[in-house]
Amino acid sequence: MGSLRVNLCGISLDNPVIPASGTFGYGYEFAELYDINCLGTFSFKGTTREPRFGNPTPRIAECTAGMINAVGLQNPGVEKVISEELPKLKACFRKPVMANVSGFSVDDYAYTCEKLDKEDQVGWLEVNVSCPNVHGGGMSFGTSPEAAAQVTRAVKAVTRKPVILKLSPNVTDIVSVAKACEDAGADGISLINTLLGMRIDLRTRKPVIANTMGGFSGPAIFPVALRMVYQVANAVKIPVVGMGGVSSAQDVMEMMLAGATAVEIGAANLVNPYICRDIIRDLPEVMEIYHINRLEEIIGGVKNG
Amino acid sequence: MKQSIFTVISNTALTDSVSEMVLSGDTSPITAPGQFVNIRLDGLFLRRPISVCDYDEQTLTLVYKAVGKGTEAMRTMEPGVRLDLLTGLGNGYDLSPAGERPVLLGGGVGVPPLYHLAKKLLAQGKIVTVILGFNTRNEIFYEEKFKALGCDVLVTTVDGSYGIRGFVTDALKLVPYSYFYTCGPEPMLKAVYRSAETSGQMSFEERMGCGFGACMGCSCKTLTGFKRICKDGPVMRKEEILWEA
Repeated sequence: MGSLRVNLCGISLDNPVIPASGTFGYGYEFAELYDINCLGTFSFKGTTREPRFGNPTPRIAECTAGMINAVGLQNPGVEKVISEELPKLKACFRKPVMANVSGFSVDDYAYTCEKLDKEDQVGWLEVNVSCPNVHGGGMSFGTSPEAAAQVTRAVKAVTRKPVILKLSPNVTDIVSVAKACEDAGADGISLINTLLGMRIDLRTRKPVIANTMGGFSGPAIFPVALRMVYQVANAVKIPVVGMGGVSSAQDVMEMMLAGATAVEIGAANLVNPYICRDIIRDLPEVMEIYHINRLEEIIGGVKNG
Repeated sequence: MKQSIFTVISNTALTDSVSEMVLSGDTSPITAPGQFVNIRLDGLFLRRPISVCDYDEQTLTLVYKAVGKGTEAMRTMEPGVRLDLLTGLGNGYDLSPAGERPVLLGGGVGVPPLYHLAKKLLAQGKIVTVILGFNTRNEIFYEEKFKALGCDVLVTTVDGSYGIRGFVTDALKLVPYSYFYTCGPEPMLKAVYRSAETSGQMSFEERMGCGFGACMGCSCKTLTGFKRICKDGPVMRKEEILWEA
């Protein structure tokens, strides 16, 4: 059997399969179904400095080959994540885990990351810069290379763990944001977060989502995500984690050929809670079809022509 | 929770828009009345959550209303169709506080989860009154089935075309009860909450992402903190409910 092993920012993963933040809770809902230690790692629910309820409901809308969510970063806040959720996570998962962090100011990010830096099980900090900057007119940090770089520097100053910046696709030039993060010291880039989307209910003539707009995810966005991973991977030297609509072993391998070192799986977990286990099971078979011995060797196999 | 394949045994129209589907499969993950299943349907991304009406060791009965693409597709399914279900979702009703004379109030397509609950309560020797509320006569279903179980059944219609004219709360004034269980549209739940003289439990509905507690798509605020309708609910105790303006 071929090797699935990859190395993400100096930490070895048994395989590149990573459930994405917000689709896997803190792991224990899924641990009821299968041994989640088969995963490369997983990125736990986005954590903020203060507890958050999030947006009003409905928060979910169906789309062709996908969904829209506007959960609004519901989480119990970093203190409770550390005191209540991480012990439960540790009881079902023994590998290093990825901590996903959000903030509404540079100071928020630094505060939350500094707290999570002290947790032994946290292997990587995945910093989501898609949230609005309350001190910057509400524009998301991820829409400006300067703001994304500022967050990167603030986080790097408080942790020695690898810092992965999770980028929003809702920008004119994602490559410039990725390069700004790299220059500011980021250890990796993950992309794409959800695409901004919307649905309207014909009967009520109102948006389906209470928040009007939300993040579009699912298989429908895969080609967009793959294209952006390809563009970013060709522009930076640090590892790239690819995500967006991935739902099969073949999709994982496409992402890796486009330049992803590891691959996150999001919306698919909500429909088939066994999807990540199944993809890990299927990967060796698909590798054999394409005569691949070590999955690692295909990373970035498709280069700029 | 478990994922498994069920086979449609029968699929019968009860009214113009409500159907009863009986399926065979592994029902062992279902542990309480008021739980739901989440059904994967061809061509639709998200599963469709449907409350469990009745179950035994091998069969599962779902009574559902055609309201959109998913439930419309279910209406046309023939016996023999195989469906991918997540079962054992949600907390379900707690029977322990029922007292001797529980009353069950169902509004429209909120009626189905009360059926297995009535069975369970009767098996415990309770005197069970069921109030079924509909808009009009031709929307009524399951009146005879509740009577056949041995429940006292009252039916209300908003237009007065059958039974008591008005809402389930108009019938509630007419019966003695020790505790209430209810499921229906939110305005009805609010009315029951205001009218009921005892404690009780109410089952809520919300658009869901996963149905098993992972995505936080169906959260609500309660007096005992944030809850997920799919995992910590759909049944809430009257004492913990926080109505938002």
